[in-house]
Amino acid sequence: MRKALQLLAVLLILAAVITWAATGASRGWTKTSVPVKTLDPVTGIEAINYQPKFIAGVDFLGAAFGGAVLLVGASFIFRKPKINQPTNNN
Amino acid sequence: MKLTYLIPLLSLSLATAAFAAPESFDFKDPKGVNNAVFNLDAPLESVNGSANGISGIVSFDPENPGATTGKIVVATETMTVPNPMQKEHLHSPNWLDVAKYPEITFEAKSLANVKTEDNVTTADVTGTFTLHGVSKEITVPIKLTYLKDKLSARVPKMEGDLLVIRANFSINREDFDIQKGKFEDKVSPTVNLTLSIAGASPK
Repeated sequence: MRKALQLLAVLLILAAVITWAATGASRGWTKTSVPVKTLDPVTGIEAINYQPKFIAGVDFLGAAFGGAVLLVGASFIFRKPKINQPTNNN
Repeated sequence: MKLTYLIPLLSLSLATAAFAAPESFDFKDPKGVNNAVFNLDAPLESVNGSANGISGIVSFDPENPGATTGKIVVATETMTVPNPMQKEHLHSPNWLDVAKYPEITFEAKSLANVKTEDNVTTADVTGTFTLHGVSKEITVPIKLTYLKDKLSARVPKMEGDLLVIRANFSINREDFDIQKGKFEDKVSPTVNLTLSIAGASPK
């Protein structure tokens, strides 16, 4: 159990870093939409519409690292498995 | 004065008055192009967003742009930022309180430093800006572009004129009792606003 939680923590960090890099490695906050600008040819005004798009930010990375720390912390609740050593009975 | 002279003179003055009458432009844009962009500086990343719930009526006389008056309304609920948590905070009672203050308004009262070249007028407009239930008189630079007979290019089969208003100015959120003296290290008290709107005057 101890090993499984620690492995899960590593996987969580890896998944978060991959997601963060794949969505543009933004150094800002996480976004769930992006503004898309289109020019109105008559008035010259740029219309702004928001399209749904997930961009992981540093808060996303922070949350993943926090989760990983919790998982590693929880893993210490479980005892290290005892290794049976031969006893010397004289 | 003889009646024969008086009648044409009266007709001419009436015709001139009718020609010079200010037009009423409606800024409720069915195309959803009109927008107000806001920007606040912040340590990690500036807060950038926009609102598109714009309405209002502006009275504009192409022969006398300096006499322009009117009111522009922004529906507070339509203010959007790409981060959902920031949007929630922005709309909450701690910040804009959209439930209690559903509108941000600017009512133009007078124009100064009016300069007109062709169909473009620049001026400093003074009016009442109301945000978060607080009204302040402010003066902002504006650019008015009068597009005669251009409405049909935007709305087919509808004749009329267009008026484009652009304004770029800053306000202090603390002047409008928005988190006064709080979070200054996290969100700048200065809010930069850019208004780009077009109104229609059908004939």
